Amino acid sequence: MTVIDQPAAGLDVEEARRVRRERLERIGRWALPLAIMILAIWLWDRICVWNNIPKYILPRPGVVLQTMYDDAGLLFSSLLVTLKITFLSLALAVIGGVGLAVLFAQSKWVEMSFFPFAIVLQVTPIVAIFPLINIYVDNQTAKLLLCAWIVAFFPILSNTTLGLNSVDRNLLDMFKLNGATRWQQLRYLRLPAAMPYFLGGLKIAGGLSLIGAVVAEFVAGATGQSSGLASRIIEAGYRLNAPRLFAALVLISLTGILIFLVLSLVSHLILRRWHESAIKQER
Amino acid sequence: MAPAMAEGRPTLLALRGVGKAFSNGVTALRDVDLTIREGDFLSLLGPSGCGKSTALRLIAGLSTQTSGALDWRVKVDPAQIGFVFQEPTLLPWADVFDNVWLPLRLKGVSRAKAEPAVMAVLERVHLERFAKVVPRELSGGMKMRVSIARALVTRPRVLLMDEPFAALDEITRFKLNNDLLSLWQDERFTVVFVTHSVFESVFLSNRVVVMAARPGRVFGELAVDAAYPRDEGFRTSAGYAALCREASDVLAGAMNATAGSQDDGH
Repeated sequence: MTVIDQPAAGLDVEEARRVRRERLERIGRWALPLAIMILAIWLWDRICVWNNIPKYILPRPGVVLQTMYDDAGLLFSSLLVTLKITFLSLALAVIGGVGLAVLFAQSKWVEMSFFPFAIVLQVTPIVAIFPLINIYVDNQTAKLLLCAWIVAFFPILSNTTLGLNSVDRNLLDMFKLNGATRWQQLRYLRLPAAMPYFLGGLKIAGGLSLIGAVVAEFVAGATGQSSGLASRIIEAGYRLNAPRLFAALVLISLTGILIFLVLSLVSHLILRRWHESAIKQER
Repeated sequence: MAPAMAEGRPTLLALRGVGKAFSNGVTALRDVDLTIREGDFLSLLGPSGCGKSTALRLIAGLSTQTSGALDWRVKVDPAQIGFVFQEPTLLPWADVFDNVWLPLRLKGVSRAKAEPAVMAVLERVHLERFAKVVPRELSGGMKMRVSIARALVTRPRVLLMDEPFAALDEITRFKLNNDLLSLWQDERFTVVFVTHSVFESVFLSNRVVVMAARPGRVFGELAVDAAYPRDEGFRTSAGYAALCREASDVLAGAMNATAGSQDDGH
């Protein structure tokens, strides 16, 4: 028998290099974007100073921050209104999207008949539909909700439909052999199998429902009936109140990021035990 | 006691003149006559495309024959048929316990009520310590054992297996062969086992039915009258080698017949 020499202790050179690279990557993942962000803000500030740009055209970052603090009551109450529409419409999109997808999964015929309508709703720009909604729907909240819902429900519907139909054929046979009812097949097989697809759709829909809510407020706000963040932006635009406009903008994008992060976390928590997408590779 | 050899046991199922043609013009099976007796360990051996999996699906009731008849002499409830696929076919989101519980769950048996049966069958396949583990954390052989446990948890009278060990390495396959045989001897169910391995079929079965392809049909049958229990000693015995040789010869005949029918057909 031959005895192979092995490095006595610790890691070999290649392995040590890999560990070092991984550690650097881990730090870089959050440090780099942060550094670039700080640099960009600093540059923004410098450009304002160097060119003597008046604050009603481009306010300095500090002024935006100050405005956010000074107008906090106004801005955050508006944010709350926008958030309410966003989350309600997201919830309705989940109910509607999953509900329709389940209906589609029951029969190919239903899917073939109704899927084109879903596509029509999706591809028609919401801004173009809104005047109609404005005529038909009286309630202000219902108007905005409908708008945001139309934008947000499609990714959930299309992803969940795909997921419900992507079930292993053998597993379907196995359920059939065991005399599973349609409901059992849905409950124990199709819905769990569709979960990763649904969560992917949910992540997209989360962002879209915010966009939908803001766009809806914009169109509604133009007629002076809304109190969400979008109407603060329009208002500030009319008054050349650029600092408040920027503050509202920052709030909206922070909200979008937060929604995305929360939904990513939810997705990770649900899938981490079994789905490839959530499993860290160990090689 | 080892199960008695072929004769003397009642017929469970007779396939008579069974044929299956698909809409794309392929004749998967033609005029298959086959008698399965209660307590048989019957292997369907043949080259790919000989319709052995199709035959198994017909017996399981997953598909219907286009001609001939399946004559069940003993009333077997569909729920009493266990099926093991080529892949483990487990629910990836459910742990081992839930996967094995599933057939009972679909019949409305609660977790608490099912637990003794599930744990007992997990013990039989040596996985009782892995009840809370999800499939992706198991090796290929362990996944297959979960799959077998799931098929056995309903205490089936008939166990249909579609090349269950084909994707496993040899060491694992031998181990699972032994485990399967001891399960079969204890539980006394009937097994129809599809394989393309001469050695596996001879080691496991008391009857090897050799099939030929294009169209799929029964070519010949070989009685393996070596006594059970069969262990590692049997695997290296001269008798086993002779039987394997015999089965290989029949299979070679079936392959020739396949080549011949190909020339005739086109």
